[in-house]
Formats: sequence, structure tokens, C-alpha cells
Amino acid sequence: MSLDFSWMIGGAQGSGVDSSATTFARACAAGGLWVFGKREYHSNIKGEHSYFQIRVSDRPIRSHIDEVHLLATFDKETITVHKGEVVPGGAILYDPAIVKPEEIGRPDCLLIPVVYQEIIQATAREFHREKELMKLAIMKNVVAVAASLGLVGLDFQLLKKTLEEVFKGRRAALAPMNIRAAEQAYQFAAGRRQTDYPHRLRPIAVPAGEKRIMINGTTATALGKVVGGCRFQTYYPITPASDESEYLEAHPEFGVTVIQSEDEIAAVTGAIGAAVTGVRASTSTSGPGFCLMAEGMGWAGMNEVPVVIFNYQRAGPSTGLPTRHEQGDLKFTLSASHGEFPRLVLAPGDLEEYFYDAIDAFNYAERYQTPVVVLGDKAVANSTQTLPWYDLGGVHIDRGQLLSDEELAVQVASEGRYKRFKFTESGVSPRSRPGQKQGIFWLTGDEHDETGHICEEPENRTRMMVKRMRKLETAAREIPIEKKVNLFGDRDADITLVSWGSPKGAILDAMELLKAEKISINFLQVHLVLPFPTEFVAQVLARARRRVNVEMNYSGQLAQVIREKTGMAMDASILKWNGRAISQNEIVDGVKRILKAHESKVVLTHGV
Amino acid sequence: MAYKASDYKTDAHNDWCPGCGDFGILSAVQQALAEMDLAPEQVLLFSGVGCFAKTPHFVRTYGCHTLHGRSLPFAVGAKLGNPELTVISLGGDGDGYGIGAGHFLNTGRRNLDMLYMVFNNGVYGLTKGQASPTLKQNVQTKSLPMPNINDAINPLAVALAAGYTWIARGYAYDGKGLRELIRQGINHRGMALLDVLQPCPTYNTVNTKDWYEGLEMDEETGVKKPAAPRIYKLAETGFDPVVHNPDDSEEICQKKGQAFQKSQEWGDRIPVGIFYQVNLPTYEDRLKERVPALKQFSPSNIPIYDPATGTPSLDISPALSDLRVC
Repeated sequence: MSLDFSWMIGGAQGSGVDSSATTFARACAAGGLWVFGKREYHSNIKGEHSYFQIRVSDRPIRSHIDEVHLLATFDKETITVHKGEVVPGGAILYDPAIVKPEEIGRPDCLLIPVVYQEIIQATAREFHREKELMKLAIMKNVVAVAASLGLVGLDFQLLKKTLEEVFKGRRAALAPMNIRAAEQAYQFAAGRRQTDYPHRLRPIAVPAGEKRIMINGTTATALGKVVGGCRFQTYYPITPASDESEYLEAHPEFGVTVIQSEDEIAAVTGAIGAAVTGVRASTSTSGPGFCLMAEGMGWAGMNEVPVVIFNYQRAGPSTGLPTRHEQGDLKFTLSASHGEFPRLVLAPGDLEEYFYDAIDAFNYAERYQTPVVVLGDKAVANSTQTLPWYDLGGVHIDRGQLLSDEELAVQVASEGRYKRFKFTESGVSPRSRPGQKQGIFWLTGDEHDETGHICEEPENRTRMMVKRMRKLETAAREIPIEKKVNLFGDRDADITLVSWGSPKGAILDAMELLKAEKISINFLQVHLVLPFPTEFVAQVLARARRRVNVEMNYSGQLAQVIREKTGMAMDASILKWNGRAISQNEIVDGVKRILKAHESKVVLTHGV
Repeated sequence: MAYKASDYKTDAHNDWCPGCGDFGILSAVQQALAEMDLAPEQVLLFSGVGCFAKTPHFVRTYGCHTLHGRSLPFAVGAKLGNPELTVISLGGDGDGYGIGAGHFLNTGRRNLDMLYMVFNNGVYGLTKGQASPTLKQNVQTKSLPMPNINDAINPLAVALAAGYTWIARGYAYDGKGLRELIRQGINHRGMALLDVLQPCPTYNTVNTKDWYEGLEMDEETGVKKPAAPRIYKLAETGFDPVVHNPDDSEEICQKKGQAFQKSQEWGDRIPVGIFYQVNLPTYEDRLKERVPALKQFSPSNIPIYDPATGTPSLDISPALSDLRVC
């Protein structure tokens, strides 16, 4: 690997950590470098410690690493919390007004004093805004980013261009002053560059015609939804899901009606009510909200209403770690709500899948006329990554058996009346929408006959359950295997990792390192969890030499599901539930511990 | 084409108890729809759970019998999904003022163009007669082991506080008056609450049809006293519920004040009719100001793809350009 550089910035929440990191990442990405960013924050608005780690490489990356090569700080807490993560020979930027170099306790690192206040004062003087010093203190973020980039020598023009993009519109007037402060910090740090600090960032050429974006999980989902035809979104504020709805609301040009509901019960039932009228509708939430949506989801299952629910999992139970990561909702999602009804459950693992799954989710929902749950998580929701511009070439919208007036007329002519819940081979009944003259239907949470009226007859009940549940078999048959699972790596390998959701990035990145160390490895990603791709998973596991599930939860929920569906048990597991996403290093170490030390349960604990 | 009440009838089996107030309300709904000449396919009824909640099955329009307490949020979603439809949400007193109380409040502050009609009989009928949020304190209906320990809420006063822009009370056995109120509630451009008093002949042995109509038995003689109807019509007393100038905050305050006062009347005299009415911009109006596409289409009719090819209609390149880094 030619370039693998990890930069971290920390500070009190609300002090600009996120925007600094975005600026740093955009400047690197503008130079053709690939970035992956990981955001960690407390359930707090102002004051608690938050940090953002940006990994930069000359090839696409999908995960973070444990090491930090350059730590940018402007408070003491960031030094205390993170100095241990800086590699020997790494660098730490610190404010000499707050901390003395000997207090840092890392004599093996390059310690660079950044005189934040002086740089900001000098800039303010230059722009005759000395009276606004308090307000201008926020510029320390730009100073930290510029000093960092000066140290690693990334072309200043890339930062300048990025700042011009950041400070635009209403904030355009702030651009010259920020650029001037950046210039001073950049030059200062460039002057402190030392030959024994090996890290340099140089722009690399972007192949002609290639366009790249930098995006996070909630934005990727929002864009996928609107491409997929979603025009109705409900939500109740919850971390980390709200960002998605707020992005949609901030872009009225997409034409999406966004409703902030009074609670998650209203959010899910509102989306279902809208879906009844024919609009593609969805709601996005996290675990606590998803719990409240269970009953509504059951009604949609009973009434065959296409609704899409995004659950960005976070650490539970209860309020849990409200801003931290976990994959603890898998088994709950597979069976949430009383009784039995068909549902599809997708588990995207990266920022590409978040986008394309959002589109597929609406197609599945309408094709099978049933709720579709997309299980995302905090790690991807809050990850930032450079990606190739989304390719919309293969994207299509499939509205399933949604009847036009003409089709409805034909059906009524041949059958005498419209039956919303007509018994069919596939289990799917052609669907009308309110407003259509011949399509009047009744929906009810009670068991019902083909017209939708309440019916407690045992024979009808038996048939209706079969009709609804059969849709799962239809979906299992129709959905192509490449949408259900991914198998990466060698066909025959010494170790087979099995996972779902966000560990995907760390696993794929780790596999490259392990391969370089001649460890033969492959990775089975379960992408569609319901209907479960039993046959394919069983085949892969049958020929696996050592099966290891990798999951961000305590009990290995996917392993349990696999055992239930295939009868096959895992040989070992790599698990983590401390609220911090799995890193590339942790996968590498975990695999080695299993292969070399023959551990059967590796519990990961890295992260602060 | 002129519709008749019979055009809104279905052949679904009706299993309400004989004498249930629901029958009167059902019939008033069917007649009001006919009088308004609303095409059945343009009407969408929602209900929660309870005896009353079977109503949509008996009305030949689109109908959704939803979850306990959730008629309103389902209806809100549908109304905003397709504002061209006439959406009516039906609730019960336990359903709408108890388990669904949060939706009752929060729908008031949106002012959708929709009617919410609550079947109010003081008891949870379908679970065999427990006290509902509108049963008064110390009242003991047939199936209560002890007199009601809770006080009752006053739905009209709550609706005033929550922001409903049309607030009325009807009585299930005043067919003509109820029909008229339903029509006005549908016609009102904004969020309307129509609370309908109805006897539950099986479980509410206190607030009976005779009680409402002042035909109580003389306990000594065993004969009914001469009629002294408790129900009376506000309109016949010269009560003016209408805010004539919605920009006049003092008039709003005064009209809300008198409506609140009237809402407190209970016992020997029970007013029905419109308590409060004001015309204010609707939620749909405000959404149109925000989302340009809504000026032309309902969300349910926004073109999302080319049906021939399946290609999505929306071009997200401008949004991707904002995210572009190189």
C-alpha cells in the first residue's frame, strides 16, 4: 500500500469539529485522493468531546484504521483522550497557550505548537475586524485544517478551492478572511516539516471522465429514495436518522412531502396512509422509534400496503448509547410486531448499497405489496466517503401490479367486482388506488375476505394467511441472487467470514492486507436477510473450512439466523458491542487470533 | 349524477347491538355524502378500533379500518398523499381521546382540510364497557365494578386549545342536525372536529337515549316524566361561533372564550351545534408554498418514472454536483 494516512481532529461538541473534518476531507478528495471519514459524538449538544477521523489513501478505502498519523487539537481533552492512538513518529498539533509540550507525554512524536489565537488576531487586524475576536474564534477550525495540510504538504490551492466552496452564498463574505488565516497556518506548519515525519499527501491524477462525490449514509439513502420515486417521507426526530429527512426537506426541488410527525406511531401510520393513496412513501428512524412502529408495520403487512421503513440501528437496549453504533436489531426486525406477515429485510453494507437499496426497497415494496425494512446503522449513516458518481444506468422503477383505470375496467368486466385481496398464484393481488372509480376497496386490521371486509371464517383465514405469506416465496424466487448475497475473495479459503451491514468495509479492506500475508480468506455478505438466501448460504458454508461470523452485537444474531435457516453453526465469531465501529486492524487481528491462536470468540474493544 | 344515500350502502354484515347510536351516525354519514353529491370513489374513510370503527365497512367509499387510536395519523398521511380526496377520519372516545390522544392534539396544530368525527358514548363498548376518557367522575355504568375514579376530559375544550378551526358537537339521534353538521364539517376548509354524543344501549346505562332526551323514569311512580330534553341547539339561541375576521386576534380570543364556556355546560342542558369556526390557511396551502411540485400535482400523482422504460423521472445531477469533489 503506497499511501495510507489517518488524520484526526477532536474538540468540544459544537465547536466545529465536523466542518473541519469535512473541509480536510474535501481538500484531499479534490486532489484525487480517496477518503473515508468516521464521526464520533456524545449524546450532547455543546461541550462533550467529539472527534472525526479521516483516512486518506491513493486507492478506494471503505473503513477506518486504529492508527492516527496526525492529531489536530485545540483543547486539552483531545490530547488526553487520543494521544495514545498516535503512532510513534506521528505528529500532534497543539495550542501552546493551553498545553506545554512536555505535558503531552509523547516525546516520540513531532509536536507542533499552533498559535491559534495569534493567527486569528493577525488576520482580524488585517481585515479590520479586531472587535469581533470572540466571534472569529471559530476560525481555529480552519487554522487546524490548514496547519495539518501544511505539514503533510498538500497543495494549498486545493484547500483554497475547498474553502471557496464552503464559504459561499450567505457566507461568501467570510471566504477571504478564512483563506488568509489558512494561508498563515499552512505556511507556518510547512516550515516545521521535518525529514523524519514521513507522511506526505500529494494530489494524484483522476482518470479522464471520472467524477467523484463525497457522501455520507443518510444523504446516500435520501438520494436513493428520491431516484426510487419516494415522494412522501415522515419522521420523528431521532439520532442518527433525522439527518436523512432534514436533507430531503432542505431540497424541495425533489418534490418530496416531508412530515415531522408527533411520534413514531404517527410517522409509520402516516407513511402507510399515504402509501394507500399510491405515493411511494417511507419513514426513517432508529431502534427506539422502530419499536414504536411495530404495530403499524403489522397493519401494513395485513393490508398489503407497500411501505418502506429505514431503521438506522444504534446501540440499545432502551436509549442505550444514543449516538453510538451497534447492529443489535436484526432478530427483532425479522419478527417485530405480533402475528405473522411477510416482510422483506435488506441490510446494505456500504454507501453504494445505501443508495441502490433505497431504490430496490420501493420496487420490492410495490412488487410484493408488503412492508420493506432497510436495516442501516449509525456507522454508515455517519461515515463520509469518496465514491464514483452514482451510475443510474441500470436503475429502473417497478410498480408491480398497480392498476391503471383501463386495466381495472378489464378486471371488473371479467369478474363482476374488484377484489383488493383476490387469491392469486403469486399471492400478490392487483392494486387500485383511491380515486379510481371501479377500484373501491376496504382495508382492515381484522382478518378479511377478498373484498377487504372483516371475516372470521376459518377456511378464509387459512387461505388468506397462505396468500400473504406466499409473497415471500415469490420474492425469494424472483429477486436475483446478486441482490441477496455477495461472495468476495477466493472460492476456497482457509477462513470464511460471514457478515451483514457495516462491517463490510472493514472486512474488504482487511482482506487485502491478509491476502498480502498469504492468508486465504473469503467473505460472504448477507445482503437480503428476509427472505433469507438459505440455499446459497448453505452451499458456501458447506465448503468453508472455518466459518466466522463478524457482527457488531453481543450475541451473534446473524449466526443464530443462519443456524435456524441452514442448521449450520459457526466455528468462531468476531463480535463487538462497545458502540464504536469495527476497524480494518480489528478484522486483521481477529482473523489471526482465530487462525493462529485458535480462539473461538474474539471480542473487539477498540475505540474511545 | 345525483347520488342517493343508498349508493353509499354496502352488503357487509352489520353486527352492532340493536339500538346502538352507531346506526344513526352511519345513516347521517351516508345521507350527508349523498346530499353533497360526493362520488364514492373520491371519498376515503378511516377509523380506529372499536364498535364504531366498523363504520367504513358499511359505507361504499374507499375505507380503512385501522389500528386502535390511529385513525387520525393514517388519515393525515392519506390526505397529504392525495389532497384531492375527501378524507374523513372516524374515532371513538376511548380510541381517539384515550390511546390516540396525542394524535388528537397534534392534528389540531396542522389544520389539514379534513373532518375528524368522534363517536362518543362514554364507554369502551367492544371490550365490554370499561370507562372511557369522557365518562364523568363517580358515574357507575352497568359493567363498572366501582364508580368511575377518573374525571372526564372535555374534547371540545381540548380541541380549542389544540387549534382545531371548526369545532362542533352532534347527537346521534338528531339525524337531520347531524347530517347538517357533517356536511359543514366536510365543507369547512381546515381541520374540523365533530364530537357526536351517542348512547351505548348495552353498557352505558346512565347516558341513555332517554337520558339525553329528558325522558327519565320517576323512580317512585315508575312512569316516565314529561320530556325535558337535555340536548338543545346552540344555533337556536343566537350563538355566533364564527370568527368573522381571522386577522383580528381579539375576536379569535373572544370567540374561543365563549366556545370554552359553552363547552363546560353539561347536565340538565347539553348544547349541540357549532361551537367555534375560523378560516385559516391549511397545512396543504403551506406545503404548496414549500414544495413547488405540489402546485401542479398531488404527491400520489407526481410522475416518478417513464412507465415504458422504467427510467426514473428525477434527475439528481444537481444534488450530486453539490457533493462532487473531483
